[in-house]
Amino acid sequence: MSTPNRPSGPNRPDRPRKQIHLAAHFPGVNNTTVWSDPAAGSHIEFSSFAHFARTAERAKFDFIFLAEGLRLREQGGRIYDLDVVGRPDTFTVLAALAAVTERIGLAGTINSTFNEPYEVARQFASLDHLSDGRAAWNVVTSWDAFTGENFRRGGFLAREDRYSRAREFLAAAHTLFDSWTGDEILADRESGAFLRDAGAGAFAHRGRHFDIAGHFDVPRSPQGRPVIFQAGDSEEGREFAASDADAVFSRHGTLTAGREFYADVKGRLARYGRTPDQLLILPAATFVLGDTDAEAVELAHEVRLAQVSGQTAIKFLEHVWNRDLSGYDPDGPLPDIDPEPGENTVALGRASVRMHRDPLTVAKEWRELAAARNLSIRELVIETTGRQTFVGSAATVADAIDSLVQQDAADGFILVPHLTPTGLDVFADTVVPLLQERGAFRTEYTGSTLRDHLGLRTPPPAAAPAAVATPAPATV
Amino acid sequence: MSTPPGAPVPDGPPAGTFHLAVALEGAGAHPAAWREPGSPARELVTPGYWAGLVAEAERGLLDFVTFEDALGPPPSSPTGPDGRTDRVRGRLDAVLTAARVAPLTRHIGLLPTVVATHTEPFHVSKAIATLDYVSGGRAGLLVTVSGRPDEARHFGRRTFPRGPADSPDGLGSALRAELLDEAADHVEVVRRLWDSWEDDAEIRDVASGRFVDRGKLHHIGFEGRHFSVKGPSITPRPPQGQPLVGASARVGAPPRLLAEAVDLVFLAPRDTEEVRTLTDGIRAARSAAGQPEGTGRVFADLVVFLDESATAATARLRRLDALAQEPYAPGTHVFAGTPARLAALLTEWHRRGPDGFRLRPGVLSHDLPAITRGLVPELRRRGALRTARPGGTFRDLLGLARPASRYAARYATTRPGRTTAP
Repeated sequence: MSTPNRPSGPNRPDRPRKQIHLAAHFPGVNNTTVWSDPAAGSHIEFSSFAHFARTAERAKFDFIFLAEGLRLREQGGRIYDLDVVGRPDTFTVLAALAAVTERIGLAGTINSTFNEPYEVARQFASLDHLSDGRAAWNVVTSWDAFTGENFRRGGFLAREDRYSRAREFLAAAHTLFDSWTGDEILADRESGAFLRDAGAGAFAHRGRHFDIAGHFDVPRSPQGRPVIFQAGDSEEGREFAASDADAVFSRHGTLTAGREFYADVKGRLARYGRTPDQLLILPAATFVLGDTDAEAVELAHEVRLAQVSGQTAIKFLEHVWNRDLSGYDPDGPLPDIDPEPGENTVALGRASVRMHRDPLTVAKEWRELAAARNLSIRELVIETTGRQTFVGSAATVADAIDSLVQQDAADGFILVPHLTPTGLDVFADTVVPLLQERGAFRTEYTGSTLRDHLGLRTPPPAAAPAAVATPAPATV
Repeated sequence: MSTPPGAPVPDGPPAGTFHLAVALEGAGAHPAAWREPGSPARELVTPGYWAGLVAEAERGLLDFVTFEDALGPPPSSPTGPDGRTDRVRGRLDAVLTAARVAPLTRHIGLLPTVVATHTEPFHVSKAIATLDYVSGGRAGLLVTVSGRPDEARHFGRRTFPRGPADSPDGLGSALRAELLDEAADHVEVVRRLWDSWEDDAEIRDVASGRFVDRGKLHHIGFEGRHFSVKGPSITPRPPQGQPLVGASARVGAPPRLLAEAVDLVFLAPRDTEEVRTLTDGIRAARSAAGQPEGTGRVFADLVVFLDESATAATARLRRLDALAQEPYAPGTHVFAGTPARLAALLTEWHRRGPDGFRLRPGVLSHDLPAITRGLVPELRRRGALRTARPGGTFRDLLGLARPASRYAARYATTRPGRTTAP
């Protein structure tokens, strides 16, 4: 990195300024995307993805990120129609983006429950080749029968088995990635030896979830393995991140919660023989920018109103109440009836529903909050379902991001604009230059692979024979 | 082919329907292709190699390319891995490769291979729909099956017995029938998922707050012997409505997969005689299955070695055979000769029935440019091939109409529910 090291924030004047990592999430299916804005474009046409990725690359971001959906959400037995619906296949759109970008990392969520290791390893190794070393995999798990209805393996995992399968899935995938060390292909025309020996790609994995063996047919890719991301926040999820991930997508974007999470997860690394720099903490973050702080605050309120319509507020309330509340007035008071106990059967296919604590407790807290501040249903949902992480002028936002990173609340942020596909443009044009001026963010890419951008080393093949003189090539 | 020939096609397809495609695989169809001087044997898994091949095919105005694939290294015998080190090993996922080259091209159709036996139709459906989006309506897929025990071990979910040694594809007839039947179901699910969003399902109605009209999103409710899938897709209906599905005819009578499920059939005639019998056989089978005339296209596969003289082409093939240490027997016609002679052969074969040809270049680095720069001008000179590329989608290119969603058709009595020729 050529940028000068400067004295850092107030907490750590003794160390060089941490370099911020920035990524951008092409928003998928959620109520935070303001599709009703006249400036909102297509969520499915490739031109939208190309614009988004090129903007992120122009701003020298580390990577762009795509989530995944495997079944359309339903609520009250009907397909949910208020939010953006529909998205492309993760692998396919990332491979296409590799053609219209050169450096930006290409990260995608791929579920470890409704896929098989051989196929997924093959797809990620292919993506890494096709992008010259820019692939990343966000490993997620599912266990619900609702999603399983779209897959031939059908069924679902017991909830307690999902991380067990995910870990074994990743271990099997690593076995496949490492089945080529990178020096097998001789392609010697004279002798006729294409391969050094016939063992290239030979693998075997036997475990509780998978019993597979044979020959992996994709040679070692530029990064060796794709970069591994993890997104769960549970105890098991944190442990999975500490043992296996290169970066974790967190939900903790504030100073206090961020520092707690950061310290907790980084503190777990030692028991896996890893150092704190081997796992990046990247909270998801939203932003609203204005010419002045006051203007941004006003705009942020308008965005919240667009994100939480009256209908959306009622639907959110149903997630907690687990019953039909369509008869209630979103501008009126909270229901006086209690939530329906037990498994949520009203809202299907929503990850967020699973994160709610005991609904009776939540309802009680919400009633108290609404009463204390005289909030309607919609006002309460706006109050409780989050707000923009960074609101202000470009200078204010740059300052906030830098400050959080320097204070170890995060290593960087994954930005989720509320406008698709142009919502990132203003950030790229106004905030990024300020971070660059501070010496906190790169002005040019210094490497070619995503591992280079993230400061992660390329893993040596686990089973590399000692006699191999040349390491896995950085590029093929 | 045991199916009796149907109504004969005495004059062949109408003029102007001559279609030309190439199959892309490794260094070329011949197992020793990588040893040919000029063959970039160390670049077969780089994006530049594939982008270059497809750009060359597009410059030659070819209709489409297919990307060959499998879920395991190709064995030199159909019964399993062979321990050889003199063959190309290492290959990239075909769907991702097609997607990688899609934004770099504008006109050519892109058909990656998908192995129905080990993949989820839900994933395949959204992947090909997405390929259709990223290519602006140029996607299709080539569906295949795999009964290889070694590939099944890569998944660990099913086991297959080793087929009889004399079987051309390594499969016993009962297993072959079962896998082809399963593949037909697979295609049916993929197609239903493409239709599960009506074209105008996204409404963005600010007044009512609705992004989609859920009345135009449909559960597909497929229940079959091998799997069931609920739907709808997560990906909106692709630009072509239904990307084109193709499959190769291997051995025996045309199964349900070829007769009913696919749009494009790839035949493997070994000689001029077989061109007509195979083409008539598949058309009769499709007609008997109730497929309206003109809804599919039939292609004949040939492996080609092209040089300025027939002697040079034959000598090259012999040299490659010697390097491979066995004669090349791909199960379809092998042509070694000049572009002019191949042009004559193809126009002759075209009169016998097929709508077009898929050429498998023996050595891609040599024979693909020979096709685009030698054969194509010869075919134009004979008036067989169009001289300009029409705009539009892959369906447009092949003269196949864009079908309405079957779910939309159910309610709209004024709209035809099936594909019809223009």
